[in-house]
Amino acid sequence: MNAVKNFGPKELRQIVLSQLHGLAPEADLSTLRPHDDLRETLEIDSFDFLNFLIALDQEVGVEIPEKDYGKVGTLAGLMDYLLVRLPEAT
Amino acid sequence: MAEFRMPSLGADMQSGKLLEWKVAPGTLVKRGQVVAVVGTEKGDIEVEVFEEGLIQNFAVQEGAEVPVGAPLAWIDGGAAHPGQPEKNAPPPAVEKTEQRIRVSPLARKLAAELGVDLTQIQGSGPHGAIDKDDIERAARQTAPPLPAAEGTPGKADFQAGMRRAIALAMTRANRDIPHYYLECRIDMTRALSWLEAENLKRPIQNRLLPAVLLIKAVAKALVKVPQLNGYWTEDALQIAEGIHIGFAIALRQGGLVTPAIHHADLQGADELMANLRDLILRTRSGRLRSSELTDATITVTHLGDLGVEKVFGVIYPPQVALVGFGKISEEVWVEKGMLGVRPVLHATLAGDHRASDGRTGAEFLESLDQLLQAPEALFAA
Repeated sequence: MNAVKNFGPKELRQIVLSQLHGLAPEADLSTLRPHDDLRETLEIDSFDFLNFLIALDQEVGVEIPEKDYGKVGTLAGLMDYLLVRLPEAT
Repeated sequence: MAEFRMPSLGADMQSGKLLEWKVAPGTLVKRGQVVAVVGTEKGDIEVEVFEEGLIQNFAVQEGAEVPVGAPLAWIDGGAAHPGQPEKNAPPPAVEKTEQRIRVSPLARKLAAELGVDLTQIQGSGPHGAIDKDDIERAARQTAPPLPAAEGTPGKADFQAGMRRAIALAMTRANRDIPHYYLECRIDMTRALSWLEAENLKRPIQNRLLPAVLLIKAVAKALVKVPQLNGYWTEDALQIAEGIHIGFAIALRQGGLVTPAIHHADLQGADELMANLRDLILRTRSGRLRSSELTDATITVTHLGDLGVEKVFGVIYPPQVALVGFGKISEEVWVEKGMLGVRPVLHATLAGDHRASDGRTGAEFLESLDQLLQAPEALFAA
């Protein structure tokens, strides 16, 4: 985890999208809808998904345990999950 | 004086391009040392050497397209120990020609095009030299003919090359291997709770994936049922000593590679995860080692990751089995008359019926199931 920064929903969304772009460079993320299954829509395998979570932990300081994978499967779910758990919100 | 030859990095490879020498003449090399980088349809491969010795001189320069089996360099094994150096000179020309395969340039080119292995041909020319007619004769004997490859592609049509390599191997598999298929459902409750507990103890960077459990379970099941671990060569099953699991890794741009995880049965959970991570990253960036492409004794494909329920795979020749894992999903499960919902994995086995029978395959799947029911023992020494 890096130095704690102040994230608004907009910045957070930017970080998430840029990480997703790194995993699926060929996908057009502007067509991704909030409730699409991220892994299915972008064809992200379990290895890449774990790398995605590792990167999020490093960038925003939220470590998502395995039991919560079900809550972060969509963009909307992931955003909600992260927003209430950002370091300064606790 | 030993010849270091262009290795066959898969059943489908006909030639490779020598991209880079990692050593210079006069270098003392050790077994397993990377000595060159070769461009193939599976990416750029770091080629290892399998004997100790002094690199005498190169047979080809960087940039050369070299057929499988043709010499790349000469290694003096007698000079392996410094202190008693042999004369560090290139071997006399005569000695060279005695050891290398005598073949005309035209024949060599034709052999590469037709996929003929030069080491398997008795030449009919002077001093046993192989000529164009010998190649054509050998190519006709390989019946039915496989589609001829049009030389090795450059980077631009890498994908087309990869497609063609897969086409060749799979055509051969479907033509030569009488497959049988078995399937079983495995209750993953215990395995997943063990995994979750393990992962709670680790920082996120060291988390284990279910694939680690599955690979280890396959490896241990093969210890019990070794008949599925090996190769079908010369009309007989050769059971392999080591258990090297070829793990199918799909590439986003299309195609797949199945590099080997060496001695998977002997690895701990963290070691296996680290090796898997390293292997996936190097497969994607196109930096595998030759031994990883050639050593797999069985293949595991894990398509469940992308939502598929079960996989009935095609065996990668000359291997004799392929294990397929589907998605782990909640299913209705009946046990001791009780109806419940469990996380269930569909495991399949594709077996080569020349090498084994369904009974052997069934023993393997049963053993796999038992191992996954006792996950804590899976990694116990």
